[in-house]
Amino acid sequence: MTTTDSLPVDVTALRADFAILSRTVRDGKPLVYLDSGATSQRPAQVLDAERRFVETSNSAVHRGAHQLSEEATDAYEGARATIASFVGVSPGEVVFTKNATEGINLVAYAMSNAATAGPESERFAVGPGDEVVVTEMEHHANLVPWQQLCQRTGATLKWFPVTEEGRLDLSGLDSMITERTKVVAFAHQSNVLGTVNPAEPLVRRAHEVGALVVLDACQSVPHGVYGQGAVDFGALGVDFAVFSGHKMLGPSGIGVLYGRRELLEAMPPFLTGGSMIEIVRMEGSTFAPPPQRFEAGVPMTSQAVGLAAAVDYLNGVGMDRVAAHEHALAERALAGLSGIPGVRIVGPADTVDRGATVAFVVDGVHPHDVSQVLDSLGIAVRVGHHCAWPLHRACGVPATVRASFYLYNEPAEVDALVAGVREAQRFFGAEPEAQAASVGGGQEQEKGRL
Amino acid sequence: MQLESMYQEIILDHYKNPHARGLREPFDGESFQVNPTCGDEVTLRVKVTDDGKIEDVSYEGQGCSISQASTSVLTDLVIGRSVDEAMTTMDAFSELMQGRGQVEPDEDVLEDGIAFAGVAKYPARVKCALLGWMAFKDALARTSNGVEAV
Repeated sequence: MTTTDSLPVDVTALRADFAILSRTVRDGKPLVYLDSGATSQRPAQVLDAERRFVETSNSAVHRGAHQLSEEATDAYEGARATIASFVGVSPGEVVFTKNATEGINLVAYAMSNAATAGPESERFAVGPGDEVVVTEMEHHANLVPWQQLCQRTGATLKWFPVTEEGRLDLSGLDSMITERTKVVAFAHQSNVLGTVNPAEPLVRRAHEVGALVVLDACQSVPHGVYGQGAVDFGALGVDFAVFSGHKMLGPSGIGVLYGRRELLEAMPPFLTGGSMIEIVRMEGSTFAPPPQRFEAGVPMTSQAVGLAAAVDYLNGVGMDRVAAHEHALAERALAGLSGIPGVRIVGPADTVDRGATVAFVVDGVHPHDVSQVLDSLGIAVRVGHHCAWPLHRACGVPATVRASFYLYNEPAEVDALVAGVREAQRFFGAEPEAQAASVGGGQEQEKGRL
Repeated sequence: MQLESMYQEIILDHYKNPHARGLREPFDGESFQVNPTCGDEVTLRVKVTDDGKIEDVSYEGQGCSISQASTSVLTDLVIGRSVDEAMTTMDAFSELMQGRGQVEPDEDVLEDGIAFAGVAKYPARVKCALLGWMAFKDALARTSNGVEAV
């Protein structure tokens, strides 16, 4: 393999923790897993932690007075503390949800519920005349819940456009976020372009006008920020933030919603039922303080334990090193892919304020067909619009190929991707040289149009 | 190899030189279909004669080689046939595509369509192969003289 010793992370040693990375696919090809932006792989340490918990302490948390219940509750709350500390907040500000999508919906539905809740939740209420501001580069999970909130309440949805090079166009910041704005929701890092958005001006302007900031941190918390290390919600000053366990070496079925303490204390619940109550009478009920108020039902305990183990694993490597490693991979991928004639990067072409998610298109070969060729070589990438359809429309492409890297990827895997893309061009006769030479060159341009 | 089993020459030929492409007038029914997982789309029109023959199928949109070639093959298989025959062919093609590679295609019915047998082994691509056919079925249902057959 290439010079892995010079990398900030000892990838060879680390890969031994991920059994799946040594398997083969499609007739014996070594797996090259470049789809961690969709879901990441889990190390043995995470699986062991889950198994240990289930084999020794499994029981319903916050119920019963038996020893197992006590141990399970300690494990669950201990996991909350570990995860909270990882993102620079207090345990009481961390709510466990099914996934990040549920976290965003929780806030959006709590805001609808605020219209009929008591006066203490008035600041969450939205209605006609109010505005919700998002961006054109959002994942559907941070767009559709806000569209729906606006539809339910009569509020208006607005969005920041994206520039040609794949950055947020904040030139109209002060006219976009105004006294009418109630919520500003944006991705910390785009799940398609890899762009890391500047939280500071958005948070400053939103707070100037009294709007709440909701950060989609699904693509930033797992990877950290180059030159800074772990993502720190406290330092960013956001009001709410979400991320998911399965994108950061943890289990699926668990996500995290961070909410500033005073906000969670005043916010009405979304899902109601057991565990989240204070007193229940037939006539009505009062609710537990946060975070329990937002965790109705028996929670996902082994997943919380697994996610905490993932955090320990990431801390063990060091988020500054994870980010530096991915930065190097991104640099290599951008250089390799943009060096192929006929390949266009969709997103920032350099590594400034950018993560290791690289989307691209290949002239004359549809993304599906590119990914099929890559798959035949054992390379797993994502293809399509990656749950960011409006962003693709804004970029003028129906779909892209997306390679997303993580701490366990090696430089040789970047090189395999680059070689695979060349192979796709060859297979479909779409090398620019070949096109220029053929009489039907103009016709080739039309390829991909039905 | 894997790739060649999916991308048969016939498919690549239809992809590079699609048949009957473009939207034409007049038409009796039109359908717009998208594949929500990838954003591929097709607009397809059908013209049906009074005695129930498919006189023309025209289309445009954007999609991968599989969806493009499949729609091209569709036009070969249904133009000039009766609505009933076209529906029988469509059922045979759907059965082939949903058979996970276990269905033996009948060349007399599917002609070039048998080339898609390899695609049926890749569940993620079956929707691509069926996109044009879904549009055809829907467009036919929207015609006044094709509706009873659907």
